[in-house]
This record gives sequence, structure tokens and C-alpha cells, in this order.
Amino acid sequence: MHETIQDSATVTLLWTTLGALLTVATFSFLYRDNPIYKVAEHLVVGVGAGYFLVLLVYTTLKPKLFDALAEGHLWYIIPGVLGVLMWLRFSRKLSWISRYSIAFYIGTSGVSIPLYMYNNVNRQVSSTLDLGMGFGSLTEVWGILIVLGTLAGLVYFFFSKAHKGAFGGFAKFGILVLMIGFGASFGYTVMARISLFVQRIAELEDWGAMLIAYFFS
Amino acid sequence: MRHLLRLFLILLLAFVVDGQSVYSQESDPVTSTADSVATEPVTPPPASAFGLAGEDMPNDNGHKLRVKWQYPAEAVGDITGFEIWRATSPTGEFRMLGQAPNDYFEYLDIGNKETPAPDFMANNSDFFYKVVAIGKNGLRTESEPGGPFRTYGQWFHRGKTPVLVGVVLFGCFTFYFIRAAKKGKELYVRPLAGIEAVDEAIGRATEMGKPTLYILGIGTASEIATIASFAILGRVAKKIAEYQTQLIVPCYDAIVMSIAQDVVRSSYLQAGRPDQYSDDMVYFVTNAQFAYVAGVNGIMMRQRPATNFYLGYFAAESLILAETGNSIGAIQIAGTDQITQIPFFVVACDYTLIGEELYAASAYLGRDPLLLGSLKAEDWGKGIVMALIVVGVVATIFGWDGFRELIRVNL
Repeated sequence: MHETIQDSATVTLLWTTLGALLTVATFSFLYRDNPIYKVAEHLVVGVGAGYFLVLLVYTTLKPKLFDALAEGHLWYIIPGVLGVLMWLRFSRKLSWISRYSIAFYIGTSGVSIPLYMYNNVNRQVSSTLDLGMGFGSLTEVWGILIVLGTLAGLVYFFFSKAHKGAFGGFAKFGILVLMIGFGASFGYTVMARISLFVQRIAELEDWGAMLIAYFFS
Repeated sequence: MRHLLRLFLILLLAFVVDGQSVYSQESDPVTSTADSVATEPVTPPPASAFGLAGEDMPNDNGHKLRVKWQYPAEAVGDITGFEIWRATSPTGEFRMLGQAPNDYFEYLDIGNKETPAPDFMANNSDFFYKVVAIGKNGLRTESEPGGPFRTYGQWFHRGKTPVLVGVVLFGCFTFYFIRAAKKGKELYVRPLAGIEAVDEAIGRATEMGKPTLYILGIGTASEIATIASFAILGRVAKKIAEYQTQLIVPCYDAIVMSIAQDVVRSSYLQAGRPDQYSDDMVYFVTNAQFAYVAGVNGIMMRQRPATNFYLGYFAAESLILAETGNSIGAIQIAGTDQITQIPFFVVACDYTLIGEELYAASAYLGRDPLLLGSLKAEDWGKGIVMALIVVGVVATIFGWDGFRELIRVNL
């Protein structure tokens, strides 16, 4: 029993040590490109590619093609054939056939047009108009400012007219509004990244504690 | 002997008396409990719900039913709530769907569309419901099964009419302007700083004898940003073929890689340099986000490209890539429609195509009537949106809310 616990602790320590060393190896890139970083880089690229290949087999090919065909859903043969056609890319003479699969794949992106219209147009317009607007309170004045910022942003993205004169001035106000938004987004995301960094450092600290506990207790 | 007999009789008597007292002590609580039960008022089970009615929900694909029931007003205080159960026949196995509070007499049953799911609801099918009233005393009373209630799917979602109007209008504009562009009408597109700098950036790489790195992002081939990026890649590759410099395109997605290979190959062909093209220019790295970043960073540090393009769909890797590119002194042109990533490109790159500028760039570079017509249609669409906002604001200020409802999508 004692040996089993000891074995388990050793295995955990080994894996944690590997993770910690790879973390340090990745951070070493901040100094400069070096052989230790190269080892970590090649390891993660190789493992990533291999892992996704297996994941693809077990989350897509098996359940969505082989199992579906085995259950008698024969129309699944169509995407199966389209997938097989992609392999013809390796043939010099028949590689053109693989373009049918690609065309089908890209063509289906048209399905998302109504969703884009809803999310990027209808919802945005409705939300803009739902702001309380007027001159009765500060909140209502803010509502009007937000609407002005939205209109100016749209003017900035007008490509059929040169940004000159009053039109250009309003477009400049638009890019100013966008930059204020980007600045806020930047700060927010950087804070999130710092919290990730802190978490990683905390894990290194835990690893140190684990090492001390293992060897000295 | 006589003494012994007397002692025995006394002990026997004592035992009998003691036994009687023990019996009476044990029986007392029993008697008292029985008495208390007998005196406590017996709580009846709660009243049953009645009048079950079901109605098919409009504007759906036949997987929603609203169930309503009635309950005696004077008994509402006796219950904590209701449970709603569903079956496909009145005698079949009922399955609990959910609960409702005691003052709520309807339940929206949203079934699953997939067959193997346990709460699957088929379109054009009958369903039966039971409502179980749960008493505060823990007792439950089932209603009589109600039904059959039928689900009906609709072909048209009336609440989405504004979306349909928008798509049709935009489609009409697109067809009109594409036709106009094909007939040779000059469609003006304002210059974009990031795209104006493409030639300069490639020229710089040529002068320095260093490669140009083109990143298509981590989107799939059906992402609109990736499709726009293919068009720009075609133009960049053609220019690189003309200048006879080196191009590196590491890909995140296998299908994106296949398309990018075709795009670059045809660009080299157009430039009259098919012999210069090699499939090794465009290659797959990995499908894992941060592994891809590690790989591309390594390429940047070792091959030291003079120009980096980041055009397409990007997520959390944008800043890491752009920072590394900045650290090697490359001129960087970026563009994405991912709002959250644009700030990172703005701070770390020389030129950034913001959102829709990425789509406009492909039209600006290619001058293809299809792309130019779409771009012009987008501008008209934006004009209409602006007009709607202005009219909507005026209507809101003057208290006419009907206008807002006209353009609202009710899902």
C-alpha cells in the first residue's frame, strides 16, 4: 500500500516536473531563440498534430461517418465520398477533382448569411435604438453620444466615397470612437493574460513545493 | 424446607409484579403515541390539476408545445408547485420535463430535435401530458392525462421577417452592382493604407533578400475572413513571383493549406513563373492553436522574414505572433474581423485592416467585378442602416415605439 502511494506520488511528480520544465523552456523564448525552446516547440507541434489526428478520427470520422453508415444512414456516404476526393490531390492528373469537395465546403458558408444579417445588422440596430435617448438626464445624453459614435463608425467603413471634407471629419470621429473601444478591449484582455501568467507562476511554485515535500519529508 | 418454599413463593410473586410494571411502562408510550396519532388532523392529498390544454408554438420547427392547466384557487396555498410529465400515449411511460411554481399554470415544453435524445419531440406528432400537484405535506396528486396535443413545424418564422427583408434587399443591391461592374461601370473604392503598403513591404523583403511570411489565421476555409485573405494572398504571391523573392505560408488547417497551395500556384502561373513555385512554400504546421503559434514563432526567429502578413481569422495568438514579428524588425500588415484581436494588431503592427477593411482590401486589390459589386452593395446596406438608426432615434425621442418593433427580430 505504502509503495503504491509512493509510486503514485512519483508519477505525479514526474508529470508535473515535465510540465514545469516545458513551461520554463517556453518562457526561455523571451530571452532569445535557443535549443531548449526548440525542443519544447517541436514537442508541442508534434504532439499537437498527432493528438488532433486521433481526435479527428474519434470525434468526426467514427461517430459521424462510420457509425452513421453502420446505422443505415446511407446519405452520409456523400460527405464520405467528398472527403475521399480530397485525397486525389496527390495525383497530378486527378487533383482537379478535389476542387469539387473544396467548392462544396466553401459554398456552404452561404448558409450563415441570415445569421450574419441577424447578428451584425438587426440586433445591432435594435440594440442601438433601445438605448434611452433624449436630453432629460445624463444617461439619455450618453445614449445620443453612443448613437453618434455608431453612425460615425459606419461612415468610417464607407469605401465608395473618399474621406474628405465634412464626411472625412465625421469618419475621423468614427475611428476615434473605435480606438477608444479598442483601448478598453486591449486593457481588459491584457489583464486576463496577466492572470494566466500569474496562474502559471503559481503552478511553478506548487511544483517547487511538491519537490521539497517529496525529497525532504 | 418450609422457609425455602415461602422464599420461592415471595420471589415468584415479586417477579410477576415486576413484570406487570415493566409491561405497563413499555405500553404507556405506545398508548400515548396511538392516542396522539388519533388526535392529529389527517392532511388530505392536494387537489388535482384539471383542464389540461396544449397549444403548438408558432414560428418553430415542430418541437415546442405550451401546456396550460387549471387549479382550484382556494387550494393553491396547499401546494409548493407542479411537475409536468410527457408521454407519447396516455398509457405510455411518462417522463418528467420540469417544474412550475404553485402560482404558475403553464409550461413551455421545448423538446430536442435529435432522435436519440431522451426529450426528443417529433414534428407532426401527438403528445400527452400529466401535471402532478405537490402538496406542502409531501403528498402528490396526478392529474388525468391530457391530450393528444399535436406539434406543427412552420416553414416560415414570422418573427424573422426583418432578417429576410435585409437579406433580400442586400441580395438585390449585390446583383445590381455586380452587373454594373461587369458592364464596365467604374466603381470607386477609397485607398486603404494597409493595402497601399503591400508593394512597399514586398519590395523591402526583396531588397533585403529575406522571405515574406503570410499567415492565414486559424480559421477554417469557410470563414469569410479566410476567404478574403485568399484573395489578398493571390495578389501578394503574384507580386512575390514577379520580384523572385521567397514566400512562406505556414497553415493551421489542412483544407486551408490545400486552397492556399492552389492560390499561390495560380499566382505564380499568372506571373509567368510556374517553375518558381513549390508546394513546400505552403505547408501544414499543426491544428493546435498554441502549438501553431510556437511553430510560427520559431519560423520567424530562424528565417527572419522581412515582411509579415497576418490576414484572416485570429484569436488569442494574435499578440504573440505580432510581438514576435515586431521583435525581429519585420514590416507587418495585419487584418482581421475579430474585434477583440484588432487592438493587438494595432499596437504591434505597422498597418492594420480593421474589420470590414479586410473584405474591402480583397476587392481593392483584385478589382474583380464580383468583389467590387459586393463592396458597393455593402456600402448601400450601411447607408440604409444609418438611415434606419436616424429615423429610429427621432421616433424614439418623440415616443413612437412602433418603428422599433418594425425592425425588431422576435425569436
